[in-house]
Parts: sequence; structure tokens; C-alpha cells
Amino acid sequence: MYRVRLFAVRHSRAFEWLYARLESTMVALDPLFARIGYGRIERPIAAIERATKGLLFDCKMCGQCVLSSTGMSCPMNCPKQLRNGPCGGVRPGGYCEVKPQMRCVWVLAWDGAARMKDGSKVRDVQPPVDRRLEGSSSWLRVSREKAAGLREAREASRTTIAKAFPDARAHEPATAPLATEPAAAIKPGRDQ
Amino acid sequence: MNDDQQLKPEPWLPSYDDPPPGHVSGSRLERVLRSGQFAVTAELNPPDSADPADVFEAARPLAEVADAINATDASGANCHMSSIGICSLLTRAGHGTIYQISCRDRNRIAIQGDVLGAAAMGVRNVLCLTGDGVGVGDQPGAKPVFDLDSLSLLRTIRTMRDEGTFLSGRRITRPPRMFLGAAENPCVPPLDWRPERLAKKVEAGADFIQTNYIFDVPVFERFMARVRDLGLERRVFILAGVGPLASARAARWMRSNVPGIHIPDAVIERIEKSAKPAEEGKRLCIELMQQIREIPGVAGVHVMAYRREHEVSEIVAESGVLKGRVPERRRTPVTK
Repeated sequence: MYRVRLFAVRHSRAFEWLYARLESTMVALDPLFARIGYGRIERPIAAIERATKGLLFDCKMCGQCVLSSTGMSCPMNCPKQLRNGPCGGVRPGGYCEVKPQMRCVWVLAWDGAARMKDGSKVRDVQPPVDRRLEGSSSWLRVSREKAAGLREAREASRTTIAKAFPDARAHEPATAPLATEPAAAIKPGRDQ
Repeated sequence: MNDDQQLKPEPWLPSYDDPPPGHVSGSRLERVLRSGQFAVTAELNPPDSADPADVFEAARPLAEVADAINATDASGANCHMSSIGICSLLTRAGHGTIYQISCRDRNRIAIQGDVLGAAAMGVRNVLCLTGDGVGVGDQPGAKPVFDLDSLSLLRTIRTMRDEGTFLSGRRITRPPRMFLGAAENPCVPPLDWRPERLAKKVEAGADFIQTNYIFDVPVFERFMARVRDLGLERRVFILAGVGPLASARAARWMRSNVPGIHIPDAVIERIEKSAKPAEEGKRLCIELMQQIREIPGVAGVHVMAYRREHEVSEIVAESGVLKGRVPERRRTPVTK
């Protein structure tokens, strides 16, 4: 809904806070999600996400949510679907070139970002949308990604060795493996 | 850099030389800008015809004063001869060209292929645009593509040029040597964010900027002041857009029908009150060029004289922005 969407942008700072909480909860739930299986929970979570974000932001379920970088104004509502707007056609008063009765999504985005604590993210250059991900849950994608990032950080030493000996790793993967080792494969007392 | 080098024509098939040191493309436009000279580019009105003679005819009034000629890509979503076709023809005739790419009509697969094609044809400058919506054009029922936007397009071509790979990561054996351009519209909302967005375009890979029409110098000066605060004028060459207005009626029509054009009432009034509106429009354009040239950080002008291309050389000559420099050494176009 257009008016709810405008409300969300006006309160971008509150939504930013809410989103950060939601994200850390999802990341914390990663072991549970992984046990149930991400494939199994994908559809119900996507349905919840579609309903919530559809109401609040007129979400189009692109699957690659950037709301936190666009002042809580969804760029997929831009008729040109710009991921890095606004275009040069903005009308006087900040209205859309293509839909003159609608406020420009990107004018709202820059204003919304200015109210946010971490609003400088609006300056990042966003890549084009991967159209294959349309309709899938962005929330799950983020929690999977972040959880994987945390795991990788825990295994930093292994990553460093893998990066330091790229040729050996390419030709003899066992010399610098990146995959997680099962406990049984490691000699007790020798590790760490 | 000596004069001789600057006057060297654009690359000529089939050679594919590396650019001179410190240059990304070696195009005439890049060489002029990097040597600190005030550059002039001009927009060509693309023909609704398949005859190459019509392209050369359209380029003729621009060639003698422009360092590079912009070939628009279905501007205003109206169908005309393609930009890549026009650039290929003009480049072979020794003209500097700027290949305009709009994201409205083609997806990332088509665009990346076209960039290689254009580079192979000798095109060395490219202007990355989002494009007007299809609704304003002559075929409003068309499907708008917008797979990329102007910034992801800039980043895509920069990746092709500097990393030598497609967006997919696949290798390109000879990368496209392109001088990367982007547009900016300093005089339309959100005025406060326009310089920030320019910074984003520089970050995405822009080497030069061509702005939309500047008719409101005070607004443009405020924009440029902010640009200098951000230090952007040292990282990108900014060419300000100018053009002659034919009459007050034409100006009002443009303002309400062409997306992204801001013309202050005072400007329209001045033309309306004049006995010879077309003459006054030309005078105004010359004055604007002279004022804009004095603003620190402006590296050149981009002349868009839609249907008044015959006036371009006179306007540029009278404005004195070239300071006696002759941009173009033309080859005789090869037609039959």
C-alpha cells in the first residue's frame, strides 16, 4: 500500500533497528534452520515474508532485498526498477517520471537513508538483480550468508593457509582444505 | 602532448592498438580532456533511414567543432537508426564518436556483446544511460527491459575493460578499450542528492560526465560547488549540456513533454519578448556556454541542438570556447 510505504520511509530509522534485530535472530536460528533443512522452510518463510513486506513496503519479492541500503524504500517499485537511482527524469516536487502521481522511489530512498543510523550504505553501487531468485526468501538468504560468514571467520586460519598456497590447493586440495573437518578426522590433542 | 597527436584520427580498422600511457581508451575526447583543454561534444540527430549518406550528412555540421559526436540510442524511446550503427560508420570516416547505451531496450547479454562489437568497429567512447520510459516514445506498448541501470552498466563495462571478464567471470581475450561516460541532471530534484549520485557514478567507473541541459546557471553553480567539496572534479571530466531554444513555445513544450528538462520561467520570458526568438535562443546558448566555461571544475560543453544542428558550428565559434583549436581532421566519407 502506497501510504504504508510512505510511512515506512518516514520511520526508516525505527525499521532499520527492527530489521537489525530480525536479522540477528535469523542468524542465531541458523543451526535450527539447517537441521530442519533450508529447502523445507523456504516456502513457508517466503510466504510470511511476502505478506509482511508486501504490506509494509509494497515488496515485489525480488529475493535480493536491499531495503537497509535504500532508506527502507523498495527500489523494485521504481517503474524502471533502478537499483541505483534516481534517474534524470524526476519531476518537480520529487514525483516519478513514468507515474506522475507517485513520489519518486529514489527521492524517498535518499531521504529515508539520511534518517538512518547506517544510511551511508545508500552510496554503495548495487549489482543488477539476479532474476532467478525472484519469489524466494531474502531473509533466509541473508541468514544463511551471514551464518556462513561467521563460520568462515571461525575457520580463519584454515582460510589463510588456503589463500597463501593457492597452487598447492588447486592441484592437491588435501594440502589446504577449506571444507569443515569432521571431529573424527582430527587427532585428539594435536589440534589447537 | 603535441598538436599532431591530438589531431590524429580515431582508430581505423583493423588495428587494435593499446591506448597511450595514462589513458584508458586513447580516444580523441580522452586525449583532449586529459591534456586539460576545454572539450566540445555534440549530439547527432539519428536518421530514420538506412542510407549511410544520411548519417554523414547529419554529422557534417557537427564534425568541424566537436571532439566527439554523440549518437543517441532511441532517445525519448523513439525508434531511429541504432547508435552502434551510426558510431561504426562515423568512426570509419575518422570522426570521434560517443556510443550511447540505454538500459531500456536491451538486457545484459545483448549489451556486453554490443560493447565488444562497438570496440571492434573502432568506437572508443561510451555513454551509459538508464533511458527514458517507453511510455513517452512512439511505441508505448513495447516491453521496458531495464535489466541493468546506468550504474551497474558502468560497472559492467569497467569490469570488461579493466578485469578483462564478462559479468559472468568468463574471460575476454582482448578487452574493450572504452572511455566511460555517464549522464547527470544537476537541475532536477532531488537537488541535494544529485552530487552524491554523481559520486556514485564515479565510484561505478565513470571517466566523464555529460549533463542534461543547463538553463539555470545558479542551480548548476551550487551543484558544482558541492561537486568540488566532494573532490569529484579531479576524478571525472564534467561536460555541461547546452542547446539553443527555437522559440518560447518549443521551450514550454520541451519542459512539459521531455523527461528531465528544467527551464526557468525567466529564460522562456526572455525568448518570448524578443523580436527574433530563434536568434535570441542562439544568443542565450552562447552566453550560457561562456558563463559555464568560467565555473571551476567544468571540463567542456555538450551541445544538444535538436533540429538546429546547422547552428552548432556558429554557436561554438562565437562562444570562443575552443580558443582557436580545430578539433577535427576529417577523412572524406566513403560512400559508394
